[in-house]
Amino acid sequence: MKYVDDYRDREAVRHLADAIARAMTRPWTIMEVCGGQTHAIVRFGLDTLLPEGLTLVHGPGCPVCVTPAHLIDASIAIARHPGTILCSFGDMLRVPGSKDDLFRAKSEGADVRIVYSPMDALRLATANPDREIVFFAVGFETTAPANAMAVHQARARGVRNFSILCSHVLVPPAMEAVIEAPDNRVQGFLAAGHVCAIMGWEEYLPISRRHRVPIVVTGFEPVDILQGVLLCVRQLEEGRAEVENQYARWVSREGNAAAQQVIREVFRVIPRDWRGIGTIPGSGFGLSEAYADFDATRRFALDDGPESGLESGCISGSILQGRCKPKDCPHFGTRCRPEHPLGATMVSDEGACAAYFRYRQAELEILA
Amino acid sequence: MNDLACPLPPVEDRTVQLAHGGGGVMMHRLLERVIFPALGVGGAGVGPPHDGAVFTAGGARLAFTTDSYVIRPRFFPGGDIGSLAVHGTLNDLAMCGARPLCLSVGLILEEGLPMEELRRAMESLKRASSEAGISIVTGDTKVVDRGNGDGLFVNTSGIGIIEHDLDIGPASIREGDAILLSGDIGRHGVAVLAAREGLAFETAIRSDSAPLHEPVLALLRAGIPVHCLRDLTRGGLAAGLKELARDSGFTVRIRESDIAVEPQVRGACEMLGLDPLHVANEGRMVVVLPAEAADEAIAVLRRFPVSENAARIGCALAGQNGRVVLESIVGTCRVVELPLGEPLPRIC
Repeated sequence: MKYVDDYRDREAVRHLADAIARAMTRPWTIMEVCGGQTHAIVRFGLDTLLPEGLTLVHGPGCPVCVTPAHLIDASIAIARHPGTILCSFGDMLRVPGSKDDLFRAKSEGADVRIVYSPMDALRLATANPDREIVFFAVGFETTAPANAMAVHQARARGVRNFSILCSHVLVPPAMEAVIEAPDNRVQGFLAAGHVCAIMGWEEYLPISRRHRVPIVVTGFEPVDILQGVLLCVRQLEEGRAEVENQYARWVSREGNAAAQQVIREVFRVIPRDWRGIGTIPGSGFGLSEAYADFDATRRFALDDGPESGLESGCISGSILQGRCKPKDCPHFGTRCRPEHPLGATMVSDEGACAAYFRYRQAELEILA
Repeated sequence: MNDLACPLPPVEDRTVQLAHGGGGVMMHRLLERVIFPALGVGGAGVGPPHDGAVFTAGGARLAFTTDSYVIRPRFFPGGDIGSLAVHGTLNDLAMCGARPLCLSVGLILEEGLPMEELRRAMESLKRASSEAGISIVTGDTKVVDRGNGDGLFVNTSGIGIIEHDLDIGPASIREGDAILLSGDIGRHGVAVLAAREGLAFETAIRSDSAPLHEPVLALLRAGIPVHCLRDLTRGGLAAGLKELARDSGFTVRIRESDIAVEPQVRGACEMLGLDPLHVANEGRMVVVLPAEAADEAIAVLRRFPVSENAARIGCALAGQNGRVVLESIVGTCRVVELPLGEPLPRIC
C-alpha cells in the first residue's frame, strides 16, 4: 500500500535503529508529542529497537486523554436532555467523566450517536429539525478545520438546531508547558506531523529558540518515527536546537492556508483545562463571538466549570507530561484496565496506558 | 494471565451496554458474572465454552449449536442477514468437526418491516442452506410492536453428526502445533461498517461470509489429525487466537507478515484506526494441528474457494500461559489482546 508499506520496511527500520545507536554518545530523553506516534511506537515495538540510553517519553497529544472530566460530564448532561442527540467520535464514549461515561448514558436511554465526521452530525441536524443536535468537537489542530467547517456551514445554511461542545486544544502551548515544568526531563521533541500539516512548522521556531530545544516534525509510520528520532539525536549530539521537518511529504512551513482561514473565522484562542495537567493559557479553541450561537454550553446553559481535583489515584497527568511511564502506576492493569479505566490515558487507542496495556501486558520473555 | 480472573471487586454495570455483545472482554465478563452463574453452566470441571456442544445420543456423536443474527444493515456487499444466519451456524457445527444435518430458523419481525425485505432475506437464507446441502426442518415466527425490535432478528440452531474419533477443541492442542489461517481477514467487518456508515471505497469491499464445513470435512476425510478449529467472528483473529491460547494454556506465536489482509481492507482500517486483527470475519477459520501435517492440510484447504489462500501463520509454544505473541512486520514482538468490545473508530 502506497505511503504505508515503504515506511514499514523491516530493513529500513533496522538500518535507522543502527544509525541512531551510532549517533549517540550519551543518554537523551525525547518526547513524541502525538498519541498516534505513541501508539505506533508501542504497537511496532520501536522503543525496543533503540539503544539503552535513549528514552522516549509519551506526550500530551491524545485528544481523548486531555479532554477534561467536566466537559465529559457536560456532554452526558446534554445527551440526557430530552429531544437532544449528542454526536461524538467513537473513542470519546468510553472516557470516564467524574461519575459516568457516554456509553453508560447511552445504555440508560440517552441518544448518543457515533459519527465519523462533524458533517455527519450536521446532516443529522438537517434531517431532524425537531431535535437539537450537539457535536462533541474534540481534538487538536488536526480536527479543527473540519469542525470549524461544520459550524461555518451550519450558519451559512441557517441550521438552527446544531451546536458544538467545543474541547479543542493546541499543541505548541502544551509543549511549552512541558518544557517549562520545573522537573522537566525532555530534551527534544518529535512534533506531531498531522497537526503541522494543518498549521505548518513555522510556529515551532519561537519555542525551539526560546528553550534551546530541538523539534523534529515527524510522521507516524515506523520509518518516519525512527528518522525523526535520528534527526533529533543528531541535533542533541551536535548541540543544535532547530526545527527540522522529517514529514516533508505532507508538511510545509506555512501549512494549509485554507484550513487555517476557516479555523480563524470560527474559533478564537482561549485558555483550556487539560485533564490531569490543569489550565494552560492560550492552549485551546473556543467559538469566536460571531459563532457564539453555536456553542452548546450557552444553548444548554451549562457551567463550563473548572476541572475538579485529582482523580482516583490516576497519574495520567505525569504520564502526559513525560514524567512517568504507564508501568510506573500502581493501578496499571489492576484497578485500571480498558474496561474500567481510572483515567483517560487508558481509554483511547492513542492513550499511552491503553497502548501499553494492549501491546505490553507483560514483558515478553520470548523475544527472539 | 487469565482475562476472566480479575482479582478486583467487580465493577457492576447497571445496564447492558453495546460492548457487552462485542465479543471482547466486556462480553466475557457478562457471561462469566451474570449469565453462566445464573444458568449454572461453566465453572469447575466443565470444559471451556466452545462453538457448540458435543454429546452422544443413541450411539451417535452429535453437535448442537445456536446463534442469533442482529446485523445492521440487513443487506451488505457479499451477504445479508439470511445467508449469514446459515453460514454462522454451519460454521459453529463445522468447528466441532461435525457434518451439518439440519437447521431451525426462528424469526422475530418488527411491525412495519417491508415485506419485500423479509422475502429477500428468506430467499437468501434458503439459497445458502441449499448450497450447503442442509435442510431447514423447523422454525418459529413472532411479530413485535413497532419500536420493540430492529426490523428482523433471526435465530438459527443446528445439529450435526460427528463421524470421526478426534476430540477437536483447545484441550487437544499440543506444544509445537502449527496454526493455519484459512484466508485473508477483516473483510466482513469492514464491508458491514462501510455499508452501515455509507463509507465509499473505490470498489466495494465484500464480506467473506461463507460456509466452512466442506474444507473441514475434507481435512477429516483425508485423515489429518486436527487438534482444534475456531471460526473467526466478532473480535476477529485476535479474539479467536486469544481464546485458543487461554483455553489451551499454550502461547500462540504468529507472524504478522504471514497474515493476509486485502489492500482495500488494510486501507480502510488505516483510515479508521482499526486493527485488522480485531475486525470481524464470517468465513474464516484457524486450524491447529501437528506441524508435520501442516503442508498436507494446506493443500487440502486450498482445493476449496473459501480457503484457497490458506496459510501457516504461527505455532503453539509452551510457557507464558495463554498469551498471543505477534512478530510484527518490522521484526519486533508484541502481545495481542482481546478487544474490549466493538472496535471504535478513532478521532484522528
